[in-house]
Amino acid sequence: MSRRNAIEIVTAALLAAVVALVLPRVAELFVLINATVFVSMAILALSLALIWGFGGILCFGQTAFFGLGGYAYAVAALNLGDSTYAVPIALAVPAVAALALGYFMFYGRISDVYIGAITLTVSLILFNFANSTAGDQWHIGEAPLGGFNGIPSTPQLNIPGDPDATLSPQAIFVVAVVCLASCYILSRLVLASQFGRIVVAIRENEARAELLGYDARRYKLGIFTLGGLIGGLAGVLFANCVFVSPTMFSLFYSGQVIIWVMVGGVGTLFGPILGAMLLQGLTTWAGTLPGINPNAVLGVILMLAVLLMPMGLLPGATAVLGGLRRGTAP
Amino acid sequence: MSLALAVGLQALTGVAMLLIISLGLAVIFGMMRVINLAHGEFLMLGGYSAILAVRHGVNIWVAMLVVAPLVVGLLGALVERLVIRRLYGRMVDTMLATWGLSLALIGFVSMIFGNTVGGFSAPLGSVDVGGFYTSAYSLFLVFAAALMVGAVWLVLRRTPFGLLARGTMQNPEMASALGVATERVYAVTFAAGAALSGLAGGLIAPLSGVVPTMGTAYIAKAFITVITGGAAMLAGTLSASVLLGGVGVLATFLTTPVLGEVVLLAVAIILVRLLPHGITGRFFRRAL
Repeated sequence: MSRRNAIEIVTAALLAAVVALVLPRVAELFVLINATVFVSMAILALSLALIWGFGGILCFGQTAFFGLGGYAYAVAALNLGDSTYAVPIALAVPAVAALALGYFMFYGRISDVYIGAITLTVSLILFNFANSTAGDQWHIGEAPLGGFNGIPSTPQLNIPGDPDATLSPQAIFVVAVVCLASCYILSRLVLASQFGRIVVAIRENEARAELLGYDARRYKLGIFTLGGLIGGLAGVLFANCVFVSPTMFSLFYSGQVIIWVMVGGVGTLFGPILGAMLLQGLTTWAGTLPGINPNAVLGVILMLAVLLMPMGLLPGATAVLGGLRRGTAP
Repeated sequence: MSLALAVGLQALTGVAMLLIISLGLAVIFGMMRVINLAHGEFLMLGGYSAILAVRHGVNIWVAMLVVAPLVVGLLGALVERLVIRRLYGRMVDTMLATWGLSLALIGFVSMIFGNTVGGFSAPLGSVDVGGFYTSAYSLFLVFAAALMVGAVWLVLRRTPFGLLARGTMQNPEMASALGVATERVYAVTFAAGAALSGLAGGLIAPLSGVVPTMGTAYIAKAFITVITGGAAMLAGTLSASVLLGGVGVLATFLTTPVLGEVVLLAVAIILVRLLPHGITGRFFRRAL
């Protein structure tokens, strides 16, 4: 592990510790719950940043894993009456789904736009299916699926092994921040490992990596599964501050994640986290303005980002700063 | 017997619908390798143009068949100029930019027209087919779909522009070296594809109603139909529409509309897995 990597990991851990310690003491409840949603979105952005930015796999349906994580958590927690085992189940379901879908795609040698089409379709199937589960006949064990309305009674996390000790919104915020920091550090470590280097090599030139003897399918499957797992974790946290509903699978969310990663910077880890926070903030703010539709704002930003700043915010800013330091224009 | 006829007719309309909503996307993808994710919003704008024209006293047929494609075609020319032209050869970037365009159009249209359903009733009334009644308009849609496909085929096969366009599609560098203004060909193709989407929007407006977000209901289906079809735009879209539309209607008939949709999408996924370059990557390779 390089020194730069170590510095970044320590910085991330310190930053997370400060946020987790300070914000719950100063912020109002409403702000805190919103902040938890933002953090879960940042984790979702991180999961796509891994798959797309480093794996080179443009997944148009990252929300499939986000929604599966949320639904699996809600169903398991309602059935078990305890979130101790619901969380590992909720991480396993999207990871296994990603593994199966990835096997289906990568071992079929499907690439580029076809991967986009398949992942988009999968999230759409889940969206349609979840929407159609209204009525009493649709339930898994104790948990009604609720169709369009989702599962409003999604239980909150509790202290492992003690179902009565549900966590307060403050505690859930801290958990979310710790999750985000751990995912970031995990991603950094994975990318610094041999596995991560090969994944990036495959993104750069798949044919060359294969000629060097690496089985590209296996590495793509690996990073895709990890991305699915992290996306599922984002879904669990989202379910804890809102509740699970079919909109978690919707095209709107899949689009948003891609925008966050694109605007933040494809090929970076911190950029998408920043992008998710900034753009979520912007959308929320634009939603309060009279007569302004947040979609219009988001759409224009995405178009401008692609046309004017294809590298994204973070790499763009780094390039400008680097240029200034050297005394040259970027 | 009449049940079989009813299901058959429904399948035919289902296939025609899929064909109508996919053709504009297919023309742009087939000719330019550009996936226009604002396609759904082009449909939506076609629908709104038709509605506004009808409300201002324009004849309903003129509104659907002339105004809608004209308005959206002009918009397509503008979009090509401002956005698409800068991104040729960067497929993923074009997809993202047009996705942005799609969100922006949804947003602006909601701001102007509000989030309410508009619409006008389908013309033509109903007809008697072998002992039961069906909307004559759905039969007209089958006819319209056939006409649209026929028109695209005629333009590509029988006109000088079609020749240049096919040349550009096969080998842009060579066409350009031989003096074809490929940029102009692309611009005209994109505008024509947009016009087809607008026409589709006008045609489906009486059936589906028009809301700012209606495009999202169609884009994924159109996208997967075109991808399943593969490189040859007419043969591909036609065969994919027949296959997916037929399966979808049959599954809807046997289960529920929502599960029918799910089955349609699942079949599309399996098809892409089995034929990674689409149906026309293996069959009808020399077709248009």
